[in-house]
Amino acid sequence: MIGKNCGFKSFLDDPKKLALLLIFPAVLLIFGVLIFPMFISLGMSFTGLKLTVPSSNYFIGLQNYIKALGNPAFWAAFRRTGYFALITVGVEVTLGLAIALLLNQKFVGRRFVRGLVMLPWALPYVVCAMMWKWIFDANYGALNALLTQMGLLDNYIIWLGRPSTAMHAVILANIWKETPVAIILILAGLQSIPKELYEASRVAGATWWQQFKFITLPILKPVLLMTIMLKIIWALKEFDLIYVMTRGGPANATNLLSFHIYQNTFKFLKFGYGSALAYILAITSVLIALVYLKVNKSSEDM
Amino acid sequence: MTNKKNRWKIVLLYLAVIILVIAILAPYSWLVISSLSYRVDLTSVPLHWLPEKVNLENYKEIFLGNENGMSSPNKDLPKGLFNSLFIAGTVTLFCLLVGSLAAYAFTRLGFRGKSSLFLLILAPQFIPIIAVIIPLYMVIRSLGLLNTRLALIIANCSFVLPLIVLLMSGFFSSVPKDLEEAARIDGCSRFGTIFRIILPLSTPGLAASGLFAFIISWNEFFAAFILSSTMRSKTISVLISEYSSKVGVDYVAMAAAGVIASLPPVIMAIIFQKYIVQGLTAGSIKG
Repeated sequence: MIGKNCGFKSFLDDPKKLALLLIFPAVLLIFGVLIFPMFISLGMSFTGLKLTVPSSNYFIGLQNYIKALGNPAFWAAFRRTGYFALITVGVEVTLGLAIALLLNQKFVGRRFVRGLVMLPWALPYVVCAMMWKWIFDANYGALNALLTQMGLLDNYIIWLGRPSTAMHAVILANIWKETPVAIILILAGLQSIPKELYEASRVAGATWWQQFKFITLPILKPVLLMTIMLKIIWALKEFDLIYVMTRGGPANATNLLSFHIYQNTFKFLKFGYGSALAYILAITSVLIALVYLKVNKSSEDM
Repeated sequence: MTNKKNRWKIVLLYLAVIILVIAILAPYSWLVISSLSYRVDLTSVPLHWLPEKVNLENYKEIFLGNENGMSSPNKDLPKGLFNSLFIAGTVTLFCLLVGSLAAYAFTRLGFRGKSSLFLLILAPQFIPIIAVIIPLYMVIRSLGLLNTRLALIIANCSFVLPLIVLLMSGFFSSVPKDLEEAARIDGCSRFGTIFRIILPLSTPGLAASGLFAFIISWNEFFAAFILSSTMRSKTISVLISEYSSKVGVDYVAMAAAGVIASLPPVIMAIIFQKYIVQGLTAGSIKG
């Protein structure tokens, strides 16, 4: 089946040369486009630039960073973001795994449901956010109407007006929107598990749980890890939803890091400080990616 | 006795599927219903779940235009749809090609500085776009590319590409190395193994990544908002945000636009999911 007539030039067999050749276009594009802006904003983060103060564009070193790390408002936003990320990623990956397993079974209309599953994520952010904002609306929202008409609620709740419920409303909207990503990634990963493994183990008398634990999970591990890492980084960056649904309120209950950065940059016009905040967020994401690489490497060596 | 157990399993399976479908469709159908309602229905207490009269005004205006000369987001929607399709399509094809090759290099070839280069390539994903958008605007403007689709294609590629590299790396890692070893022993060159073994086996990964690339560029808002202010390149995400004007949100019109904007990605998903499903060809090692 695989014969000798599939050759190309053999100089491409040199791994290092081939690697450079393959990666070069990607690097060229990414850095070509972003490197200059990245350096500019990095530079801005070392200045005390405030657009409202004309002569503020002077170098102040790491002062912005130090100020941020000592600022309780920053840490509050950081904590909230951590909570947000933990819950959304936890629920999304677990649900994603369960649903992917479900969608891997044969049933009538499976093809349709698999396409349908992308729907929440396919909706443009703005539409999705407005939709949920309207559902949670205190006066006319569908959720209030549904719960009242079902008899579960006596009075309409101001979902987005109470700090505790607002955060969880945003989390719910985010989970609804983002779980399809996990589903599709894990589903694709499930496809690469050879079916013979399941057959063989069933013949040998394995239960469903044993199959899951000893076949599915180990093979899925790279995909699962990657999904988790990706979702954490995305959760840290989440902005559109908060901006549209709650504007960071009520009383800063949903003022996540990305919104905090937005406030400082575009509202208070503290470009220097805002850029520093953005890079602190970036560094956090890099650290998470480093952890992922380390865990991934050690599992590959196994 | 096994039949009864099997029947329970099937019932549970379909029950789970139904719950899933309801969870997905419920908010969305509310959106669709809202787009077909009149405002008064949506603001009544207790809520009218189905409008008494169906409101087709917005859909008519989108597809057929309206008689008065006023411009409105509805009239621009078809062009916005085209722009989004063009940009998302180009970004997807380009990033899949370039990204997969790079991912192959990262997973199958060893070279110094691999991890650092990998991180470096992922960098755009880490940086919140708020940080780079203003300098990026300046760069694009100085290149004379403001309000062009090319600018948006480039901008989208720059943060979609790292993602594709990451995703395809994950998928390539799951392809067993033994298959390639067998092929190389048989005399196949590296390029040969890429095209004959790895790519065909990674079609699920390619399909998933392609879908991602498409949807991300389709939904992308911030960069499109800043880099395009004329209909030459405005995407549908930006158009939809224009429904909330100073007089408030025309929720019904926005819902209609939202429904239309969500259709292409969903259709794409239904098409692509067939390829995501393709499994490994059996027996390729033993044969």
